[in-house]
Amino acid sequence: MALIIHKDKCVGCGVCVESCPFNALTIVERLAIVEGSACTMCGACAEEGVCPFEAIEMVKATEANPDVNLADYKNVWVFAEQKKGEIQSVVYELLGKGRELATTRGQEVWAILLGKNVSDKAQDLIHRGADKVVVVEDDSLENFEDGIYSKIITRLCKKYKPEIVLTGATTVGRSLIPRVAVQIGTGLTADCTGLEIDKESGLLRQTRPAFGGNIMATILCPNHRPQMSTVRHKVMPEAQTDTSRVGEIITEKILDEDGFTRSRVLEVVEALEDTVNITEADIIVSGGRGMKGSENFELLHDLAKAVGGAVGASRASIDEGWIPYSHQVGQTGKTVNPKVYIACGISGQIQHLIGMQSADIIIAINKDPDAPMMKIATYALCGDLFEIVPEMIKQLK
Amino acid sequence: MNIVVCIKQVPDSGDVKINPETKTLMREGVDAVINPFDCYALEEGVRLKERFGGTVTAISMGPPQAEKALRETISLGADKAVLVSDRAFAGSDTLATSYALSTAIKKFGVVDIIITGKQAIDGDTAQVGPGIAVHLDMPQITYVRKIEELADGKIRAERMTEEGYDVVEADLPVLISVVKEINEPRIASLKGKMSARKAEIPTWSAEFVGADPKQLGLDGSPTMVVEVYAPPARKGGKTLEGEPAEMAEQLVTELKELQII
Ligand SMILES: Cc1cc2nc3c(=O)[nH]c(=O)nc-3n(C[C@H](O)[C@H](O)[C@H](O)COP(=O)(O)OP(=O)(O)OC[C@H]3O[C@@H](n4cnc5c(N)ncnc54)[C@H](O)[C@@H]3O)c2cc1C
Ligand SMILES: Cc1cc2nc3c(=O)[nH]c(=O)nc-3n(C[C@H](O)[C@H](O)[C@H](O)COP(=O)(O)OP(=O)(O)OC[C@H]3O[C@@H](n4cnc5c(N)ncnc54)[C@H](O)[C@@H]3O)c2cc1C
Repeated sequence: MALIIHKDKCVGCGVCVESCPFNALTIVERLAIVEGSACTMCGACAEEGVCPFEAIEMVKATEANPDVNLADYKNVWVFAEQKKGEIQSVVYELLGKGRELATTRGQEVWAILLGKNVSDKAQDLIHRGADKVVVVEDDSLENFEDGIYSKIITRLCKKYKPEIVLTGATTVGRSLIPRVAVQIGTGLTADCTGLEIDKESGLLRQTRPAFGGNIMATILCPNHRPQMSTVRHKVMPEAQTDTSRVGEIITEKILDEDGFTRSRVLEVVEALEDTVNITEADIIVSGGRGMKGSENFELLHDLAKAVGGAVGASRASIDEGWIPYSHQVGQTGKTVNPKVYIACGISGQIQHLIGMQSADIIIAINKDPDAPMMKIATYALCGDLFEIVPEMIKQLK
Repeated sequence: MNIVVCIKQVPDSGDVKINPETKTLMREGVDAVINPFDCYALEEGVRLKERFGGTVTAISMGPPQAEKALRETISLGADKAVLVSDRAFAGSDTLATSYALSTAIKKFGVVDIIITGKQAIDGDTAQVGPGIAVHLDMPQITYVRKIEELADGKIRAERMTEEGYDVVEADLPVLISVVKEINEPRIASLKGKMSARKAEIPTWSAEFVGADPKQLGLDGSPTMVVEVYAPPARKGGKTLEGEPAEMAEQLVTELKELQII
């Protein structure tokens, strides 16, 4: 595929410059020029009716990739991320989605499980929808290590040739799978919130937010296999357990070629008091500059306790030193996707909204009815949070 | 110690919106800035240099305008900066981007540590760092919130996780990606600004770095963005009114009806 600007037709009018979502076009000496590294080949400028002189053309040659015989690849793989032997809940979400994709493609779902003494978890994965589970056990696999884990998964992909590989967009997933994709030389779509099979081509349509959630992009990986995605946690429903399901367990060994470790986990520290896992919480009570001081966060902890939630915060609260960084929601903090987000004294600047606007229900408590958070809230409570929040706690008790 | 910091110039995300009619990004008043996470990467690089000696080289792949971001890195303590820029990069996804950057980094000779941001706030993939590490056959530590020690050809750092952090040790040379918690970036000094003004920032082409054209741009990119659109706008809901107690009661009743509490 290529973007061609016909120099004989282009008059340098600049209409196309306006049409480019990525600022990749400029006019230089009355001629449209594509700025290489900014262009994503989205084709917006070549759409009918954009260039009055029909000077821009997208030449779509779906070039086959001679190195990959697409027909050799089948089945949907799910990386079964575990920590201390416990399967992470995002894996069940992937198994649910994986089942749906595999059924559409007439294929199987496989789970890939690496760790130390984890084989007893394989049944659980089968009950949740896996047809086969590949288990690799070794003492050295107890904790996630980028190098060895990625070498093993790369080797397994080359051996069994899955068509699709899904991984949670977690710290582990986002560290591991980019290495696998590069080792194989295939594409990887990050942080997907939507996955479906294209009816005509059979390709995986991967939809994801980019530009901090300001835009959605749909991405294909047409000529390379596997098609790989990391998937955002808590977007897709979990597969239910069905203990009558049966499946096959394949045991694989770690090999010398998987390499010696050049990095090692020395210690795993759970620091829940200062690293609240707000990404897992169903209800988040969040405080902003309107909280006025660290002592007032007690109020939010009380409310969180009453509703069974966790406490989050805006960057203003972090910058004031009222609460540690691990609580920060937003562009430079965490992206959360709870059922309910209660924003207390948070104005709702875009960098904050980016991190929480996909919550099912947003409750805003703010003195200012015109604050952006109040405009998008499912329930907007206009008033003083120091009066409203204690009332809520009272009524919940 | 030879320290390389990867910098991406990004649009200030707060301003980026899609025009619902034309489905294109509205660009009015959109400033280009250094990716916020890369400011922490740069600061950490400069601090390592201050502790252990050596040089900090900032590198960016991007359009000619990205030179501005690189100039800023000099004012913030980088010794050198290199722009990798070429039409051949058109449509590069993270595989091609990490390949292109790795070929350029190879030209620096011996490198001890490469520092990237956790992710870029436009592409948002967090895939370029690990990609560079693989292309250069290096171990990596992602999401670093603290470097505990760097000695005897090894680094020990804290990797932020969902539950807390892991203490991870890796052999040098290594690639790390950093989170905001790692430091507080400095403000450019007057002297820094002077050096930035005078600095020569070379532009390296694909050919100059010896990159294989087949692995660049669209040819080297397995993924294709086929559609971009604005996310469905979130509509406002109910405004609750009255005395604080009344509002609280209404809310609690609604949430109970929805079986949320
Ligand atoms: C590159 C970059 C990245 C950023 N990343 C993030 C991020 O990750 N997360 C983030 O949150 N921000 C981020 N920000 C900052 C963001 O732009 C805002 O400055 C910040 O979110 C504001 O926090 P706030 O809403 O708590 O404070 P303010 O905007 O000051 O709002 C305080 C609100 O409290 C209300 N209020 C005051 N008193 C009361 C009361 N008694 N009762 C009820 N309401 C009251 C006020 O009406 C006001 O609406 C970032 C900024 C930049 C430039
Ligand atoms: C809407 C949209 C969606 C996209 N989705 C995908 C996708 O899912 N998969 C995919 O493979 N590609 C995708 N791309 C392409 C991708 O954005 C580009 O390849 C981009 O150049 C690098 O990715 P990133 O911005 O996500 O950077 P990240 O991987 O998030 O950046 C991490 C760090 O790497 C360094 N870095 C990144 N880019 C550069 C650079 N140009 N110069 C120097 N250092 C750099 C910085 O230190 C940065 O902090 C997408 C592009 C768009 C426009």
